[in-house]
Amino acid sequence: MSPTQWDLPVELCCRPMAFVTLTGLDVVYNAVHRAVWDAFCANRRADRVPISFKVLPGDHEYPKCRPKRTSYEWYIPKGILKTGWMNKHLNLVPALVVVFYELDWDEPQWKEKQSECATRVEIVRQSLQGRNTKVAVVLIQKKTPLPPGEDVIASERAAALCNACELSGKSLFVLPHTDHLVGYIIRLENAFYEHAQTYYYTEIRRVKSHKEFLNKTTHQLLFVRHQFKIAFFSELKQDTQNALKNYRTAYNLVHELRAHETNILEIKTMAGFINYKICRLCFQHNTPLDAIAQFRKHIDLCKKKIGSAELSFEHAAWMSKQFQAFGDLFDEAIKLGLTAIQTQNPGFYYQQAAYYAQERKQLAKSLCNHEASIMYPNPDPLETQTGVLDFYGQRSWRQGILSFDLSDPEKEKVGVLAIQLKERNVAHSEIIITLLSNAVAQFKKYKCPRMKSHLMVQMGEEYYYAKDYTKALKLLDYVMCDYRSEGWWTLLTSILTTALKCSYLMAQLKDYITYSLELLGRASTLKDDQKSRIEKNLINVLMNESPDPEPDCDIFAVKTAQKLWADRISLAGSNIFTIGVQDFVPFVQCKAKFHAPSFHVDVPVEFDIYLKADCPHPIRFSKLCVSFNNQEYNQFCVIEEASKANEVLENPTQGKMCLVPGKTRKLLFKFVAKTEDVGKKIEITSVDLALGNETGRCVVLNWQGGGGDAASSQEALQAARSFKRRPKLPDNEVHWDSIIIQASTMIISRVPNISVHLRHEPPALTNEMYCLVVTVQSHEKTQIRDVKLTAGLKPGQDANLTQKTHVTLHGTELCDESYPALLTDIPVGDLHPGEQLEKMLYVRCGTVGSRMFLVYVSYLINITAEEKEIVCKCHKDETVTIETVFPFDVAVKFVSTKFEHLERVYADIPFLLMTDLLSASPWALTVVSSELQLAPSMTTVDQLESQVDNVVLQTGESASECFCLRCPSLGNVEGGVATGHYIISWKRTSAMENIPVIRTVITLPHVIVENIPLHVNADLPSFGRVRESLPVKYHLQNKTDFVQDVEISVEPSDAFMFSGLKQVQAISCGVYVDTKLRPRDGELYLWFL
Amino acid sequence: MAVCIAVIAKENYPLYIRSTPTENELKFHYMVHTSLDVVDEKISAMGKALVDQRELYLGLLYPTEDYKVYGYVTNSKVKFVMVVDSSNTALRDNEIRSMFRKLHNSYTDVMCNPFYNPGDRIQSRWALLPVSASSPGGPYFLCPIQSRWALLPVSVSSPGGPYFLCPIQSRWALLLCPIQSSRAFDNMVTSMMIQVC
Repeated sequence: MSPTQWDLPVELCCRPMAFVTLTGLDVVYNAVHRAVWDAFCANRRADRVPISFKVLPGDHEYPKCRPKRTSYEWYIPKGILKTGWMNKHLNLVPALVVVFYELDWDEPQWKEKQSECATRVEIVRQSLQGRNTKVAVVLIQKKTPLPPGEDVIASERAAALCNACELSGKSLFVLPHTDHLVGYIIRLENAFYEHAQTYYYTEIRRVKSHKEFLNKTTHQLLFVRHQFKIAFFSELKQDTQNALKNYRTAYNLVHELRAHETNILEIKTMAGFINYKICRLCFQHNTPLDAIAQFRKHIDLCKKKIGSAELSFEHAAWMSKQFQAFGDLFDEAIKLGLTAIQTQNPGFYYQQAAYYAQERKQLAKSLCNHEASIMYPNPDPLETQTGVLDFYGQRSWRQGILSFDLSDPEKEKVGVLAIQLKERNVAHSEIIITLLSNAVAQFKKYKCPRMKSHLMVQMGEEYYYAKDYTKALKLLDYVMCDYRSEGWWTLLTSILTTALKCSYLMAQLKDYITYSLELLGRASTLKDDQKSRIEKNLINVLMNESPDPEPDCDIFAVKTAQKLWADRISLAGSNIFTIGVQDFVPFVQCKAKFHAPSFHVDVPVEFDIYLKADCPHPIRFSKLCVSFNNQEYNQFCVIEEASKANEVLENPTQGKMCLVPGKTRKLLFKFVAKTEDVGKKIEITSVDLALGNETGRCVVLNWQGGGGDAASSQEALQAARSFKRRPKLPDNEVHWDSIIIQASTMIISRVPNISVHLRHEPPALTNEMYCLVVTVQSHEKTQIRDVKLTAGLKPGQDANLTQKTHVTLHGTELCDESYPALLTDIPVGDLHPGEQLEKMLYVRCGTVGSRMFLVYVSYLINITAEEKEIVCKCHKDETVTIETVFPFDVAVKFVSTKFEHLERVYADIPFLLMTDLLSASPWALTVVSSELQLAPSMTTVDQLESQVDNVVLQTGESASECFCLRCPSLGNVEGGVATGHYIISWKRTSAMENIPVIRTVITLPHVIVENIPLHVNADLPSFGRVRESLPVKYHLQNKTDFVQDVEISVEPSDAFMFSGLKQVQAISCGVYVDTKLRPRDGELYLWFL
Repeated sequence: MAVCIAVIAKENYPLYIRSTPTENELKFHYMVHTSLDVVDEKISAMGKALVDQRELYLGLLYPTEDYKVYGYVTNSKVKFVMVVDSSNTALRDNEIRSMFRKLHNSYTDVMCNPFYNPGDRIQSRWALLPVSASSPGGPYFLCPIQSRWALLPVSVSSPGGPYFLCPIQSRWALLLCPIQSSRAFDNMVTSMMIQVC
């Protein structure tokens, strides 16, 4: 945008820097000079002193200095600040003029050169006549200078030169043109800077000196002017503290001026300038709160100073600019490191600027509505001779006139008219939108999403006024969802109304329809008459007719729009619009509800679609289709009502698809599920409701899932919270809120009509072929086919159980590892109604513990549902938990031949192995036989025949056996000697003949075998008769490898008498017999008692 | 005194919004809505403070050129927003605070009303419920809530107007409290908006 009257002048907004001109430099043709100039102006970083340099010819004419006023008595100022003043001191009147001159100290023609230099200085002085501008001379030298004091010629000549040029020694500099040019330049410019500061200091003093001549009545303007000048010079001097102080004083002075309609603009303009400077310096001094406070004060003071009512838009423009400029300053300060907060950021100022810009537009609209016949005045009253104003903020047709009375009312009228006509050409919307978008950017940064949305709405509305409907729609559409999701219906309605106008004016069909749908809906706060108008338009559009224009639209735009709509009648392009409702709130609501969370496959799946319209008039839809995750069902759930296009609103209460506002319409759908879908979920993926028909235009409202739009989840929540009792309705009607969407259902298999019984005798015994009798009886009315049985260990239990459980149908042979744990799909054949079948199942459990067994019977049956024959697969399962226990406990002990308990056995000496079988089974057991399998290290003394063959044991009974064994000497074996195995063959007493016997092998314990040196074996008869001799035989055996001496003594007992051999008697009477036993030899002694 | 008073639900939709003058209603709606940015920010900033130490009054939310917007949040995150004319210097922080407290009390009364479903927009028509005076034993209040609530005696003679039994949330507490309807709330708001100064 080109700068307008309201933009602040560049010289005000820039940072004032000391102005220094360089003369005598030929930067075009002289490389050395060029290098010097570049060193001055190229790459000026922030650490260099703030000077603005300019190269000028030596004979440059500087602005003339006006003659000094000796008295202010008769002087009447014509305005506050001249428009050229700031620029003059920034860019025209230097603080210092530097004369560059090439001269070495050892210059042979020194005299001539010296006088040429003096002439140049003189010329500069001439053109600066009357000004306090300093002059300095820089000698560009080829040689590096010697340290000060060493070069005698140099100091002499320098003094001479100063003398010739009437310069002080401080104003003469030497610039050796060597490698360190930049270093010298920096030193030089620091010296220039000091000179410049001195210059501005004297300027300030000079301005201040005028003060005493001023009087308060006629020189009020001068007070402001001088204060401003002092402040400005202070800024040039880089004394910002004093500058700020002086600007503040100037600001107060401006408001002390007598304000009148004729000079209010000038006062406001100056106040604005000074305020800008103050705020800028406050931000620069890092006191943002001071800046904000000053700005607030400024606005409060100026807000009411509207000035001429005919030009009140100017005030709004000025206000807008004030806010914008402050926003810019604030933003700039933030870029330099200031932190802003949510409630205090530049966005608010841009927003307010935009607000005043809007006001300006409004005012301009009402004040500048001149008829087209009124011509722009000629000659142009806004033109001045120079093309610019003399003083800031004055009217061009009465510059410098201070009188409050209008000397020439006619001229004034023409001037005002010119301004008004000019204002008419201002692109207000453009200004407003720029400001708003600035504000949006700021609020985005400071976490104000709602403020951002609000500003975007305003931008959209402004684009609408600017007739840029595409952009307007884009913005409005973008923010609509924010208001919708937060439930601010009044705001949403207002936005939608504007959006509808835009879409009407552009004849955007789909948008027009979408917005109409929502404006008719329950989220819209429009009055009923508006709603019926929109509904009528919507129907018109669907019948391929042009809608009526929206109210309050621009007449010309409406005319264009009507042409566009007329073009649309050709129906070119697609005329079916599918609109997803999940993102907005249309005027029809939809809820789908399956009657049950699950359906058996043999009964039809039933669900209801509930529809409710919120529009003012009854409306007829043409088609309703429901889509499922399994698309096979879609065909069964379509309702189509053929109607002519013009019948949409007619016969309102007739037909299924006609919705009466506020009434809930229930539509029942039924279909038979496919048998493949048993165990699967049937889900409604979408519901499509068509309005209009294919011959005209057609809108398809698409609900995802079982219905519900952008507002319905919140409504459902509220309805659920509510404890209101709803008034009773007639039977076939329901309350909309009480309907809960149920968009999916499970298809489950048909309920079996058979019975499955299990007969068995728990618990199971380890390793036995446990018999499970399965009885299946059909209660179906027709024959059932393909009955299959799956039985065995229920899957999902401990993996070890699977390996230790085996199932078979054949009980006659024992199962081994190769048998499975679960028998699947054993065909059993067909069953007639009432028929029963029985199946035996044998289970072998290798370990104790409980197991779950599953018996699963499946079959096929033909069913007629909804006049359709379907084959249903039904199944019934039974589970049973069976405990497995040990059938018996076996205890084994070793005893001597005298039935004494043995800890250990003696080598070669017979001993007895006793087994004890204790039945633990609750059922009678038959021990078919038993067997002792001896380890090689054991030998038997007598026959190993089973003593328990065919013994029946009841619970708790036991069967024992005794075997006489001998263990040959084996030396000392660690851990004892293996004995062997005891094998019991057994079965349940109740088991049938053909059931195999079970062999249970018991490993006998190891026994410790010990060698003994002497073994005495007494051979006694089992009984004796009184007075008959009783032969007693003692058998002694030496088990060692050595001859042993043995002493035997026999002590008689009183109960016996002796007879027989004396020798024996003698012996037996306590005589010791000394004898020798040879190794491994036995000796037999016989006595008779 | 106040030019706009709004009650905003926990989910940030308006429960009640009234403004004077009514012709520029939309502007105030936008103003209240945008002020929720600041409310949200203030609530999240004080989230860590203990519940009983929490200050419900949020203070000045943001100033605009012509209005001041103040906020208040209840423990159940219902927000009250009040817009005051900037030129009205009579309203200091303390006055605003006490106005909010009054508003809060009134709102609590509305919540106690068994006919009011928390979360519903507050509308005056709630007060217009039939009382059948002909029933034996004095006037009865017809409660459309649950069957066992069907007929409740209302004693008109109690000081402070009719009383009834009312449930607090889902628990069926027997409480005696004055019937404060949304109509009363509306009246209270109106009284706060009457220009006094």
